[in-house]
Amino acid sequence: MKVTRRQFFRISTAGLGGSSIALMGFSPAEALAEARTFKLERATETRNTCPYCSVACGLLMYSSGDTSKNVRAGIMHIEGDPDHPVNRGSLCPKGAGLLDFVHSPNRLQYPEVREPGANAWKRISWEEAFERVAALMKEDRDANFIARNAEGATVNRWLSTGFLAASAASNESGYITHKVVRSTGMIAFDNQARV
Amino acid sequence: MTNHWVDIGNADVVLVMGGNAAEAHPVGFKWVIEAKQRNKAKLIVVDPRFTRSASVADIYAPIRTGTDIAFLGGVINYLLDKDKIQHEYVKAYTDFSFLVDDGYDFENGLFSGYDAEKRGYDKKTWNYVKGEDGYVKTDPTLQNPRCVYRLMKRHYSRYTPEMVEKICGTPREAFLKVCETMASTATPDRAMTILYALGWTQHSQGSQIIRAGAMVQLLLGNIGIAGGGVNALRGHSNIQGLTDLGLMSNLLPGYMTLPGDKETDYAAYIARRAPRPMRPNQLSYWQNYEKFHVSLMKAWFGDAATKANDWAFDYLPKLDTLHDVLRVFEDMYQGKMTGYFCQGFNPLASFPNKAKLGAALAKLKYLVVIDPLSTETSEFWKNFGEFNDVDPAKIQTTVFRLPSTCFAEEDGSLVNSGRWLQWHWKGAEPPGEARGDAAIMAGIFLRLRDKYRKEGGAFPDPILNLTWPYRDPHDPAPDEVAREYNGKALADLADPKDGKIFRKAGEQLDSFAQLRADGSTSCGCWIFSGAWTQAGNQMARRDNSDPWGHGQTLNWAWAWPVNRRILYNRASADPAGRPFNPEKKQIWWNGSAWTGTDVPDFAAGSDPADGMGPFIMNPEGVARFFAREMMAEGPFPEHYEPFETPIGVNPMNTNPRALNNPAARVFRGDMEVFGTARDFPYAATTYRLTEHFHYWTKHVRINAILQPEQFVEIGEDLASEKGIATGDRVKVRSNRGYIKAVAVVTKRIKALTVNGQKVHHVGIPIHWGFTGVARQGFLSNTLTPFVGDANTQTPEFKSFLVNIEKLQERS
Repeated sequence: MKVTRRQFFRISTAGLGGSSIALMGFSPAEALAEARTFKLERATETRNTCPYCSVACGLLMYSSGDTSKNVRAGIMHIEGDPDHPVNRGSLCPKGAGLLDFVHSPNRLQYPEVREPGANAWKRISWEEAFERVAALMKEDRDANFIARNAEGATVNRWLSTGFLAASAASNESGYITHKVVRSTGMIAFDNQARV
Repeated sequence: MTNHWVDIGNADVVLVMGGNAAEAHPVGFKWVIEAKQRNKAKLIVVDPRFTRSASVADIYAPIRTGTDIAFLGGVINYLLDKDKIQHEYVKAYTDFSFLVDDGYDFENGLFSGYDAEKRGYDKKTWNYVKGEDGYVKTDPTLQNPRCVYRLMKRHYSRYTPEMVEKICGTPREAFLKVCETMASTATPDRAMTILYALGWTQHSQGSQIIRAGAMVQLLLGNIGIAGGGVNALRGHSNIQGLTDLGLMSNLLPGYMTLPGDKETDYAAYIARRAPRPMRPNQLSYWQNYEKFHVSLMKAWFGDAATKANDWAFDYLPKLDTLHDVLRVFEDMYQGKMTGYFCQGFNPLASFPNKAKLGAALAKLKYLVVIDPLSTETSEFWKNFGEFNDVDPAKIQTTVFRLPSTCFAEEDGSLVNSGRWLQWHWKGAEPPGEARGDAAIMAGIFLRLRDKYRKEGGAFPDPILNLTWPYRDPHDPAPDEVAREYNGKALADLADPKDGKIFRKAGEQLDSFAQLRADGSTSCGCWIFSGAWTQAGNQMARRDNSDPWGHGQTLNWAWAWPVNRRILYNRASADPAGRPFNPEKKQIWWNGSAWTGTDVPDFAAGSDPADGMGPFIMNPEGVARFFAREMMAEGPFPEHYEPFETPIGVNPMNTNPRALNNPAARVFRGDMEVFGTARDFPYAATTYRLTEHFHYWTKHVRINAILQPEQFVEIGEDLASEKGIATGDRVKVRSNRGYIKAVAVVTKRIKALTVNGQKVHHVGIPIHWGFTGVARQGFLSNTLTPFVGDANTQTPEFKSFLVNIEKLQERS
């Protein structure tokens, strides 16, 4: 089978079979040498780490656009970072599928509310969401805050609202979350480490 | 992990138990293969199933789920009985010689001080004998019957190979082969690593299983050395980081703890956490506790934290009891909770007994879900037929769902299982109006603060005085936050030795060694101090060079504490300071200081002749076999049956109170819905598949395609008893509910003979649910029991009872 360089790229990028086609000997030599360039030469490369398990494999993310102000970047390819000392370029079946996580049709887009007894979501603004959530918190905190225990000791805790934090959130998000949650006196507070 | 991923490649023996790294951490598992290739390492896998890890093991030993302490107790007995221990190590670096209180005892399944009513212990006898000088008494000859070594030897003498076989169902030959292989690392030049995961933690005695593993490693001298350690393969990408940052009911950042209800006095609160050394010349590093604490309070409350108000001590909530997730859902179920936030967390799928969880959420006034994806928890009120059979009209909870960014859309750092903080960069904008978690928290906080400013209310002080110095208050930037948790000087800092100013006010600190208890430093998380210094972001470093060839890569990212890659590495050298294994040396004494291939975990200038022990965080200076009063159910790990036991007796005792963990907390109502072997005869366990990541990948098309169908695994024996063939639809029931799935009949799960009877296992992969792009299925926590480990309250997902029947319907 003889293919031109351009035909080969079409076959290779058509699906998961690309690499096995090359292994079967269908690839023109010069195409192999340049395959990566063709796909990603105009992309912006960003270094990241896998959000799934705590092996924390290094990732290279490729996005379209040139990072200029009026261009919205879209990630089009994710692969293992060959410089990373743990994964040395490889990824597992989860990490290799990350592009479908980033672009999942189930990514939430807008703040929503489900009112009591309702059977559907309603889109709301961030302002409305923050306002209503803060009002509910304050109402509950003011009503149920425990300043002193039965012995009269200062305990300053709030038990009737709780918070579960995200163990895939960054340290920076986690730190801000902890700071805010403790300032309210909440104790019903955990993350996935409890599981 | 005490060690880290690449270091697994330094091992001579690898024990995979309580986990299945080849399946769940496949890329990390490459380093096991590396160890096999490089060092001819032997891989041992102990698991109820012949897993993917087992398929490449040198030795596979089957075990009944929930009996790991019996197995490891048997290993401890073997090592002590055959004297296969690293003598120099245990003698100098552990509590072998410490004398224990005369009142301490163990009798027919219970330790001294049990109170059946309280389901707990009075632990006053679980302690050492102290001399008149205030130090613990020891017997270096190890002849005293009350020394830890003798007590331990007696305790584990009951764990004979016969008893291990009887409880665990592990054939004797396989068990002894495992012991022999482990024992080969008792020499100073060989290392064994232990890799475990939720298969050890998710039991009603999970913490004690891990302790038992650590005890094996101490006996063999495998803690603190390259290729050794006790290594938790953590699940989520930043579960380590969030734990380090203290996002748990009772914690503050850096493993500091909240005050308890009775701790009303600030000085006493600090003193309890800053213990004096228990032996002469020991460091007891936690004596620096107040420096870390005051620096935290300065980071959070700034000028409002003063010496006069005990550094805002009253701003911290005092803990009445642990409000772990199980307790919170119990309270919610009892109608005691008003509101709940779920940030990137799907508790309806992640905690036991789904029916109870859903009923609990329905009693809330408000629920706020912050997530990049549409989770089951966010739609607990919606009817999904058999998968979630509820009536929305009857559920009065207001539910908010706030879209957050995912990893690809933010800058920041995560802590991997090996404690490396690695920085990552944003590659794209989030979809729609999604915002980062920090911006969402800021949005909620600023509104709340505004309301307290304008309206007043219950104790507004900590909210009004919380430091919020961010460039954009509505979106604290990762670099500013990272600088804050690293810590900075609030005043010019002078070296006490020569009076020279080494840090000016406002400058970033180099490490927690520079923290002060006088309010002149701030630091949001002392163990992360050094991550973002005056020299910049250390977490973003990308030099992967490895000059010593041991895989420590000290210039790649940054590891806590102080960029140290192997914890307790002082124990890799003998008492005189010479490496036990010159081939893989970590640190050594060069005549005037400690130096090495890693950052020394020790006082840099402490001469070995002074006899400081390597476990500097313990007031003993050495490692503890005897846990004193620190564990709920006893100073030594003891086997108890899972709360749902297929054999109904504990072969280790005849005491009905010691059938299951006598100190585990069980709520009224949950005890009643435990099942018994008469109705539910099969031992069940849950796990996940390599294509799946918990409930996330239900939303990821490629993973939904790779492993689409909900299934359960049963062995050929059970299948033929029940007339089930591969591909049949089956119903799996526990006393709390049922799931339906396709049966996979496999040779990978074999019936075991336990206590004279045949025990079958049913394997239940988790993943499926009612939201996502994958085929809908049942949340498998419909089946699991609402009980946790007695210390951590981690649910017992790995051992429970089910029944199974064939359905006539086809998929």
